[in-house]
Amino acid sequence: MSEAKRPLPSAKEHDTQAFWAATRNKEFIYQQCKACHTVIFYPRRHCTGCTDGELEWKQSNGQGTVYSFSVVRQSYHPFFRNQVPYVVAWIDMDEGPRILSNIVGLAASDKEVSIGQRVTIEWEEHEALSIPLFVTID
Amino acid sequence: MSQERIAAIVGIHEYPLRDVGGLMSPLQIKAACAAKALEDAGLSWADVDGLYDAGDGGGAMSGLNIAEYFGLKPNVIDTTAVGGSSYEFHAAHAKRDIAAGKVRVALLTYGSTAHSNARAIGVGGQGGGNHHPADVMETFAGATLISNYAMVAQRHMFEYGTTSEQLAEISTATRYHAMRNPDAVQAMEDLEFLDIRETTIEDVVNSRMIADPLHLLECCMISDGGGAVVIASAEVAKNCRKAPVWILGSGEATKYPEIGGDLTTSAAIQSAPLAFSDAGVTPAEIDIAMIYDSFSITVLTLLEDLGFCKKGEGGAWVAGGKLRFDRPAEGPALNTDGGGLSSNHPGMRGIFLLIESARQLRDESNAQVENAKLAIAHGNGGMLGSRHTAGTIILGRD
Ligand SMILES: [Zn+2]
Repeated sequence: MSEAKRPLPSAKEHDTQAFWAATRNKEFIYQQCKACHTVIFYPRRHCTGCTDGELEWKQSNGQGTVYSFSVVRQSYHPFFRNQVPYVVAWIDMDEGPRILSNIVGLAASDKEVSIGQRVTIEWEEHEALSIPLFVTID
Repeated sequence: MSQERIAAIVGIHEYPLRDVGGLMSPLQIKAACAAKALEDAGLSWADVDGLYDAGDGGGAMSGLNIAEYFGLKPNVIDTTAVGGSSYEFHAAHAKRDIAAGKVRVALLTYGSTAHSNARAIGVGGQGGGNHHPADVMETFAGATLISNYAMVAQRHMFEYGTTSEQLAEISTATRYHAMRNPDAVQAMEDLEFLDIRETTIEDVVNSRMIADPLHLLECCMISDGGGAVVIASAEVAKNCRKAPVWILGSGEATKYPEIGGDLTTSAAIQSAPLAFSDAGVTPAEIDIAMIYDSFSITVLTLLEDLGFCKKGEGGAWVAGGKLRFDRPAEGPALNTDGGGLSSNHPGMRGIFLLIESARQLRDESNAQVENAKLAIAHGNGGMLGSRHTAGTIILGRD
């Protein structure tokens, strides 16, 4: 029996394919409207702030702050069941986007995280893309 | 417009079993409940001219096959499918369609075999999908459904000092009610609950942590089940078997993750004022609060957003057992059937919120609040901690 793998995003979905393509170079990109400056995340083709704005891609510095989190202690998913306990978190990137991800690299025994904790991306490399996981920084 | 009597719940039925042993399909449960609810109203299949369906059993295009399955020829088909709050949306739409003269008798049904299918709803890996952009962005993180709600609780605790002991009040009140409901007690036996009794705050906070900060006894059960509700025009309601339970107000809303969004506030903040203004009543007047209890934090958040107390004060507000049915002077009774936590949660619980509200306003509940006059049924569909829908219905008796 082969070991279960992390479920990876489709690299072909129309709205999000550019985001995932950039992760190959370990870049976290997001969109902002040139006309009304609305930040869009998750990625889309249209501006949700105005009807005629053109979106441009910007690059995040890869750092953010924990908005909330949970320690998952039970999962039946073939991959995640072997990861428990693991930390899921909503992270506010410094440029605005709020992303759902994992905080990794914590001691297995405590999984000590707190809201407001500063974090930075640690890329998990896969064949066609990289996954933005996070580690804590001081 | 206040307290207008246009449409009423005239028939109800909740499927009594929570474990059908794989012997019933969702469609069969829906039909069985529909027949019983029509009988309860003193009506029959032929009276139904409006059909409301969330696709449980019949799939995404249930509008194409559900009338045939029931043998109906409805003039209105509404297949609003917004998760567990679908039935509050359906009730709102049924009233609207009745007010417009398009419908006289509306039928809402629900059937699910989530337990028999052994669907690990709460702790399964999220995300079946790799099609919607939101799924593509989030599935990799492995957030279980429970952890989605747990992150709301974590933020609520951080911002307002809410405690696990306060959240546990939701669980103990619903269990207190469940122990008075024979179907709920049977449900807990059939679903092999370990310790079937009234619980204490200590029981809840000492139960196993599933996703911090939510414990096992703060999570709903996964049952089989279903139900049906018949809603009729005032003219039809006059001749029904049971006293009418009027739909006085409704509100609908949705909420989703946004940059800088507040995780501690739900879509109810938008739907509740609409419903209360429709009905011309205030939260202080509500006797019965049927609030979607997928998890303890769902109820705490919704009590605040529905206006029973201020944002952030829910923890203190629920303390001391005040949500119990035998404390009417202290506020509304919560989920008097035992809720999703201790009676019935086959995946989309919204229809039971309408059913138990109607029971209370007909004096038929197992945890009857004396002289209950006004009930609120609030459904939360989808996931509280990300994208969800809110359906608020306010109900009153004659
Ligand atoms: Zn714009």
